[in-house]
Amino acid sequence: MNNIEFYRTIVLAASAIGAGLAMIAGIGPGIGQGYAAGKGAEAVGRQPEAKGDITTTMLLGCAVAESTGIYGLVIAIILLFANPLVGMITG
Amino acid sequence: MNGPKIMFEIPIFGGIPVTETVTNTWIIMAFIVLLSIWLTHDMKKVPSGKQVIAEKLVGMLYNMVEKNMGKGYVNFFAPYIGALFTLSALGSLSSLLGMRPLTADFSTTLGWALLSFMMIQGNNIRCNGIKGWLKGFIEPVPLLLPINIIGEIANPISMSFRHFGNIAAGMVITSLLYGALASLSAVVLQWIPNTFINSIPIFQLGLPAILSIYFDLFTSFLQAYIICMLTMVFVANAGSEEAARGE
Repeated sequence: MNNIEFYRTIVLAASAIGAGLAMIAGIGPGIGQGYAAGKGAEAVGRQPEAKGDITTTMLLGCAVAESTGIYGLVIAIILLFANPLVGMITG
Repeated sequence: MNGPKIMFEIPIFGGIPVTETVTNTWIIMAFIVLLSIWLTHDMKKVPSGKQVIAEKLVGMLYNMVEKNMGKGYVNFFAPYIGALFTLSALGSLSSLLGMRPLTADFSTTLGWALLSFMMIQGNNIRCNGIKGWLKGFIEPVPLLLPINIIGEIANPISMSFRHFGNIAAGMVITSLLYGALASLSAVVLQWIPNTFINSIPIFQLGLPAILSIYFDLFTSFLQAYIICMLTMVFVANAGSEEAARGE
């Protein structure tokens, strides 16, 4: 195994570990969306006639809260499928 | 998982590659045009049949835009929001037919987000004038200028990443599941001597459909709804109260 091949292997392994670590970002949106859903259920319980409005507001809030998790996902996808760091050692 | 396939190249400027995403977009666009022509063809004073559905859909769209943006924007924005919703929903739903969803390509969602960005800034300039628009960046104190600029630029980025990430994650998880089910079937069926029978991935039947309900049906409509909703809310917020009332 020559030198570049050796470094390539290390970078690939590190990228895979990094992708896994990036997905830890999923914890935050999980907690946030759970909180939003809980509050939404509470609001429907208090005011069942406003169910439609509450649901749309909750879904919109959930979607915005999701962005941080999506950033983590995008980083993980880039690390796994685009491998930008491998190009640095071979190129 | 691979990127979109390159279908052909336009032989100018050294070859412009046309990817699967673009050709799939053309197919969806043609489908939407044909659907619109079919729905609005042969309209009558007293609606019946397909015309009832068409009127219901258009009425729902106009109501939604009026509720979220105000009367002043309805005539200008409702067609755009309707087009965006239809293209986004059908583009993501096309994965049900085995096509590569349009929105699993970042270029598509970035294009839509940049359109929204232009509309937000354009509406801000239209309502407040160039001076007012520039002044908005140094409010409440001039020290916040870099934060305000970053805040404006982060808007289209987060909007496009959100839509792309949701659809692409669904695609990655579905392809991982298909791979896992194929190996599972290979392991379970390996005692059968017939090579044809034990190469059939039986576990791929049915099971992915349950995940598909969430990733294809629910996520497609939700993301289409969210990108339209955010566009409406941001554009209406950039403008003034008078413009929303239509004065």
